[in-house]
Amino acid sequence: MGLRKPPLRETHAAAGASFTEFGGWEMPVEFDSIRTEHAAVRESAGLFDVSHMGEIEVAGPDAPVLMNRLTTNDVGELDPGDTQYACITDEEGIIVDDTVVFRFPDDGADPRYLFVPNAGHDAEMYDRWVEHRDEWNLDASVRNTTEEWAMLALQGPDAPDLAAAATDGSTRDVDRFGAAFLDVAGVRSFVSRTGYTGEDGFEFLCPWDEAETVWEAFDCQPCGLGARDTLRLEMGFLLSGQDFDPEEEPRTPYEAGVGWTVDLDTEFVGRDALERVDREGADERFRGVKLLERGVPRHGYEVVDADGDHLGHLTSGTMSPTLGEPIGLGYLSTDEAPPGTRVRVLVRGEPKQANVVSPPFLDR
Amino acid sequence: MSFNVPADRRYLESHEWTTTDGDSVRIGITDFAQDELGDVVFVELPAVGDEVTADEEFGVVESIKAVSDLLSPVSGTVTDVNEELFDAPERLNQDPYGDGWMLEVEPSSDEEFDDLLTAEEYREQIE
Repeated sequence: MGLRKPPLRETHAAAGASFTEFGGWEMPVEFDSIRTEHAAVRESAGLFDVSHMGEIEVAGPDAPVLMNRLTTNDVGELDPGDTQYACITDEEGIIVDDTVVFRFPDDGADPRYLFVPNAGHDAEMYDRWVEHRDEWNLDASVRNTTEEWAMLALQGPDAPDLAAAATDGSTRDVDRFGAAFLDVAGVRSFVSRTGYTGEDGFEFLCPWDEAETVWEAFDCQPCGLGARDTLRLEMGFLLSGQDFDPEEEPRTPYEAGVGWTVDLDTEFVGRDALERVDREGADERFRGVKLLERGVPRHGYEVVDADGDHLGHLTSGTMSPTLGEPIGLGYLSTDEAPPGTRVRVLVRGEPKQANVVSPPFLDR
Repeated sequence: MSFNVPADRRYLESHEWTTTDGDSVRIGITDFAQDELGDVVFVELPAVGDEVTADEEFGVVESIKAVSDLLSPVSGTVTDVNEELFDAPERLNQDPYGDGWMLEVEPSSDEEFDDLLTAEEYREQIE
């Protein structure tokens, strides 16, 4: 099967981007350099094409019941125009995907939702929602609109001014984690004040064939998935398929440090298993490490104590462009490696001294 | 995109270059390699006096996004190491054929150098 392409594939190629496969999509990984793009987002602004993210729309009288059955959080807390981070778990409480749930601002009598599965998970999530709807005989429509919406993310301290200029100031009224339908350079778009970099910013869902108009409305650094990865890593944000994966890295939300997305007062798939984990505690927890010696921590590296005994392993790592320090994320023994513990990261077999820290690495 | 491939040196398929002044050889990575890697953040090299073997790993170069093994074009003894790369690995991006050199090696034979790719052969590989 060929790779899925974002609507702006050729625009990015003309701008000199290099590409990578991610979740079955061919996406820009780098336009200029990861360091340049990363710094633009931390210091001014950067623009990402994240059209590989999925979109599923759920509507109808039983839409709230269906959403609550399949996500760990409580959509009952959402007013029109609100957004919410949540996990999607299996019967054992293992994270199948993480997602942002939007309640549409104009939903009238019945709440209408849109949620954003990770790249390559849209078909699986669509099937999951339809199966559960039919099994529970719920009155709700489910639509996979992944290839109707392009998704662009404008992130950084200058993002509010750039967004305001492209929307006649109307983004000024969108609060953090809020969303609204607005005209962006004349294109009707669903605009949320969200992102995955730790910076203030916006995400724009716009019609697939009008993505170029919205992309060109912002005069700032184009950024690829390489910078998105270093930015999210500095914030300790999870990467699906790497920091958790139902096959390779099965983890509950409590282990993964996102236990706050779990509302045990709702009935959802995996609830009983998670209640048990909440009561008994998890053996391992998602932690950060900072190397104190030269080297770069990477996915798969083992973490040991001074005697060489196993404490856990890393799932992500890089040289932090902002801090200039080697940082990693991974799962470490809850009891034996709490934040503040001196550990060793085996960098290609060599034990390198490191400190366990509690993410994020940056104060944002 | 066109990459710099100087004619005065020889190359490995794995993107290392080497020059010789008759006695010792100097080793580094190519302009193409540094571009593929992106921002280089870490280099691990052997010490003076260590032995290296042709086509075997002698060190590691890491960019923000990737880790790559470095292969030696020749066999011999390390006579000099560019230790400035430890504090300024970005030199590999800025000047891969000059300030970004990595090692000098006294080769144990002349023949291996002659077996390496010419600039023309290497250019054909990367284009």
